[in-house]
Amino acid sequence: MPAKRSIAVLYSLNIVISLLFIVPLLWMIVSSFKPENRIFADLSSIKAILPVDFTLDNYIKAFQRIPMMKYLFNSLFYVTVIGLCGLGVNSICGYALAKLNFKGRTLILTAIIALMIVPFESILMPLYVVVNSLHWVNTWWALIVPFVANCFSIFMFRQFFMDIPNELLEAAAIDGSSPFRTFATVVVPLSGPVFTTVFILDFISHWGDFLWPILVTTGEKLRNVQLGIQTFFTLPPVYYGQIMAALTFTTLPIVILFLLLQKYYIQGITNTGLKG
Amino acid sequence: MEIVSHPARAEHGSKPAASLRSGKRKESLTGYAFVFPAVVLLIVFLLVPFLLAIALGFTKFNLLRPEDISFIGLRNYLDIFQDKLFYKSLFNTMYFTVIVVPVQCGVALILALLVNNALPFRNMFRIAYFSPVVTSMTVIAILWIYLYNPNEGLINSLLDALGIPKQPFLRDKSQAMNSIIFMSVWQAAGYQMMIFLAGLQGISRDMYEASAIDGAGKLQQLRYITLPSLYNVIVFVLMITTIQAVKLFTQPFIMTNGGPENSTRTLALFIYQQGFQFRNAGYASAASVIFFLIVLLISLLMRKFLKDK
Repeated sequence: MPAKRSIAVLYSLNIVISLLFIVPLLWMIVSSFKPENRIFADLSSIKAILPVDFTLDNYIKAFQRIPMMKYLFNSLFYVTVIGLCGLGVNSICGYALAKLNFKGRTLILTAIIALMIVPFESILMPLYVVVNSLHWVNTWWALIVPFVANCFSIFMFRQFFMDIPNELLEAAAIDGSSPFRTFATVVVPLSGPVFTTVFILDFISHWGDFLWPILVTTGEKLRNVQLGIQTFFTLPPVYYGQIMAALTFTTLPIVILFLLLQKYYIQGITNTGLKG
Repeated sequence: MEIVSHPARAEHGSKPAASLRSGKRKESLTGYAFVFPAVVLLIVFLLVPFLLAIALGFTKFNLLRPEDISFIGLRNYLDIFQDKLFYKSLFNTMYFTVIVVPVQCGVALILALLVNNALPFRNMFRIAYFSPVVTSMTVIAILWIYLYNPNEGLINSLLDALGIPKQPFLRDKSQAMNSIIFMSVWQAAGYQMMIFLAGLQGISRDMYEASAIDGAGKLQQLRYITLPSLYNVIVFVLMITTIQAVKLFTQPFIMTNGGPENSTRTLALFIYQQGFQFRNAGYASAASVIFFLIVLLISLLMRKFLKDK
């Protein structure tokens, strides 16, 4: 049967290629639980990705050498604050652009769409000048405030709110509800998915922040996990197992979040792709 | 702030019209209040820096001594167009983009076709392809430094086992950029795969069934049904991948710092170095403006392709 043959082909291809994709990550995780000398001794055999001689030693020592929990807390804190503040600021803006009539609305919408093109790398230097002149260097403000408003999030909210029927909003208005109350009590409860999607897209993208935190933080006080593992990686003496432990530990929170909310994250990616 | 008024209605001045007008006015005020926080933040942290980049491009400016700023007209631009390192960075950026975009999108499309079926466990494969996307680039870059290690890296151990001589990868100027390209495709193809997958699922089953009755094979279906139906999605994916590729920074920053012999120095790395290491912020701003124009040009070209169909 050709159908059976093609299923067999599909499976074998999928298995081989997915191994290519997960072996490096598997190696990272498995190595983090091995004694230092086993990591390289096992490299040329299948044992490289099998947990042999399980130990938590690397984690314990890595945590003793660098303040991993501090970095983790810093990352979780500022990324969550960006995400939550972003939901507030961007959702009401998207709502106004979708449902309220006021002069200049089209202009603001056009400007927001146009500003989406500006790459962060091209405003890096002047953004630093702005943040520096506000005396925000080495404070939470520098890590958070510039990223709260987000053209992309505003646009996603606007697209979602456009589909809410006007009759619903008018009915609330006739009942004497103020526009803000209508938004908070009628619109927000209907919009769980878009709020979740925007939050998780924002969270995952800022979790990976590396360049900006290097510029605006010095010392360990505000350093995020990405900077933490990068400095650990350059810190002598080099112990591979400990570095793998730090890398694995850094990846853990984002993997948990992804597994919990993958539906929304993937929806967010595919929506942007299809609506373009 | 101006409030929308309707002269036709205002003439009547009757009670319902007045209340309607005050309703309109209230709606306008609410509108402004709702957009205000986002607009202020975007102006201060996006629009002002953007305009500042253009302005600083005409100056000699040091981040550490902002009071010494001086206007020098087009000097930065004239200097940039004679700067060998700038051309090298521009070339590397273009090289990376020209290779990564078709390869990554091609791989992503193949992956999407592989998992777009009713196979049991297809979700496991999807998650496998997507897992590097979720992992941050910093983690991936550090991990791959070890995979690419010339003496004891995982990849060289595999090559060794297959009887292929060990490779220097990131340590060699002719291999470093290609090594970064390979890793980047591995890291990000899952992202484009998801967008393709959504596009594939939007194609109606009927077309495939009808063409199967007419005797079309799998490859013919791909050529005459799948690819044409995906046209807009493909153009969009090419566009976002290109714009991401032009911004290449984290990988060379962590893995090679632009070396060996500047073979992995990119435009974004050039801007960062000029501005923050050499303290040439004016020069870096001029380079940022050129960088922005390149991104703009790519977006406009791609948008034209999207509109044409």
